[in-house]
Amino acid sequence: MNEELYRLTGHEIRDAIRTGDSTAEGVIRSYLERIGQVEGRVRAYVDVWGNYALEQAQGIDARLKNGDDIGPLAGVPVALKDVLCTKEGYTTCCSKIIEKYRSPFDATVVERMLASGAIFLGKVNMDEFAMGSSTENSAVQITRNPWNLECVPGGSSGGSAAAVASDECALSLGSDTGGSIRQPAALCGCVGMKPTYGRVSRYGLVAFASSLDQIGPLTKDVEDMALILNVICGKDPMDSTSADVPVPDFTEALDAEVSKLTVGLPKEYFTEALNAEMREKVEAAAAVLEAQGARVIEVSLPHTEYAVAAYYIICMAEASANLARFDGVRYGYRFPHARDVQEMYRSSKSEGFGPEVQRRIMLGTYVLSSGYYDAYYLKAQKVRSLIRQDFQAAFEQCDVILTPTSPAPAFKIGEKTAEPLEMYLSDIYTNSANLAGIPGLSIPCGLTAGGLPAGLQVLGKPFDEATVLRVAYTYEQHRDLDLGHPQLS
Amino acid sequence: MGKITKEDVEYVAGLAQLSLDDAAKGRLVQELGAILGYMEKLNEVDTSDVEPVMHVLEMTNVYRDDEVRESLDRETALMNAPKSDGEYFLVPRILDTE
Repeated sequence: MNEELYRLTGHEIRDAIRTGDSTAEGVIRSYLERIGQVEGRVRAYVDVWGNYALEQAQGIDARLKNGDDIGPLAGVPVALKDVLCTKEGYTTCCSKIIEKYRSPFDATVVERMLASGAIFLGKVNMDEFAMGSSTENSAVQITRNPWNLECVPGGSSGGSAAAVASDECALSLGSDTGGSIRQPAALCGCVGMKPTYGRVSRYGLVAFASSLDQIGPLTKDVEDMALILNVICGKDPMDSTSADVPVPDFTEALDAEVSKLTVGLPKEYFTEALNAEMREKVEAAAAVLEAQGARVIEVSLPHTEYAVAAYYIICMAEASANLARFDGVRYGYRFPHARDVQEMYRSSKSEGFGPEVQRRIMLGTYVLSSGYYDAYYLKAQKVRSLIRQDFQAAFEQCDVILTPTSPAPAFKIGEKTAEPLEMYLSDIYTNSANLAGIPGLSIPCGLTAGGLPAGLQVLGKPFDEATVLRVAYTYEQHRDLDLGHPQLS
Repeated sequence: MGKITKEDVEYVAGLAQLSLDDAAKGRLVQELGAILGYMEKLNEVDTSDVEPVMHVLEMTNVYRDDEVRESLDRETALMNAPKSDGEYFLVPRILDTE
């Protein structure tokens, strides 16, 4: 039997199980062994569900033997960001305030993945309540970038990205409020996608900023991305903001044909703020698509420089409202010595939330408070309109927009923790897609001289994930690039 | 919109139901000042004729039939309670009894 099953993609694992080259149990054992070998250095997982995963795998193997339908992701090992509610294990958001929380229900995406035959290996690390760009805000542990253990994996879905990059799972789910899937995918050399706002049900995703949050996958290739989107997209009665828009078969987009497409490069993204190596790699990626017949043009997104400020005002305002529920009454940490209910609220929150979460609650409360609402929150929502209009205008000239995902490769652990604003600015290329609600995908476009992955971002029109996937797939098939694997053993 | 003072931090902490020690207050005076200062960049943009975003993608009211459906049983609803008597969530006294 293949000893390196853990190197396979999700669709390769699916095929190996269906053809009998391997069993689901064999696959899971290979991954658990891999986790045993490298997890001590990477620390992507906050909880590994070894026995649970083996039982699930035996169930898949038995069903396959019976000739039952086993689902499109049968036997594929998946890691879940710990912001997704699962009946199995705990759901902690990597926060002290709900470190012992057990969800009485599964998130809709979790149900859909289970129904497709996917096998969960466990929960992975994240910035507390998905607030951060490096996973250093986790109350549990620091996750390391598999390509360089002194660097961050990005965030907030840093555990999801590191687990895929280190072959500790075949694919993972994360959440993206301002880049939290795409940026770690870029920094760890995986494919990561935030679908259109409303494309995937948010039922069972612990809310951070409800008008921006979206669940999405991190994978080893674009084909896996299409397969999972087929499983998780679509209207859900449990989330009234999920969009009632038909879901195409995304695998039909896996056709390396872009000769009728126009690709836009936004001039505002290619400034001095962009690392020279990253710029060169994104331009080379555009040239790959051009060689395949795509027309490449310059477009303009004039309000780009205001995206970070508008984004942080809005996400903090929404966070301050969403996190008010953690008050120590129905679940979560309660300060044990409170003399009255007010002290219970205040002390439970102050002891339970970490510094970045408290900072965002404070800022969000401030921008919503009487006298400041118009100046900050309303202003930000107006600028958001302009940013959305920028994209609408650009998409009249092109089908997709190409940008770098991150202005620079992975930074060192500890490098940006002292300056919150510096950390916020690492999201400059990803925030806009959440403000505009559009889909965005990050795909590796090379390694820097320092051996760190660089990410190419493909942005598309609302609900046009198919074209984004087509462009990413074409690039993947024609790029002259082999990232290889991080040297972990 | 000006500098953030210690009084501002204390006022907002009260609204947010956070209790902060002096070190945290001092740190937040600096951090909130710097971050809000950066956000004032938005004042460069003329938004006098711009409508704010309410829903990022077109969205209308979503209705469903008003039917009774299964919900959590009491035991499950209380399973994460920090304190309960098996029937209700218990909290410290809310009304003043003195």
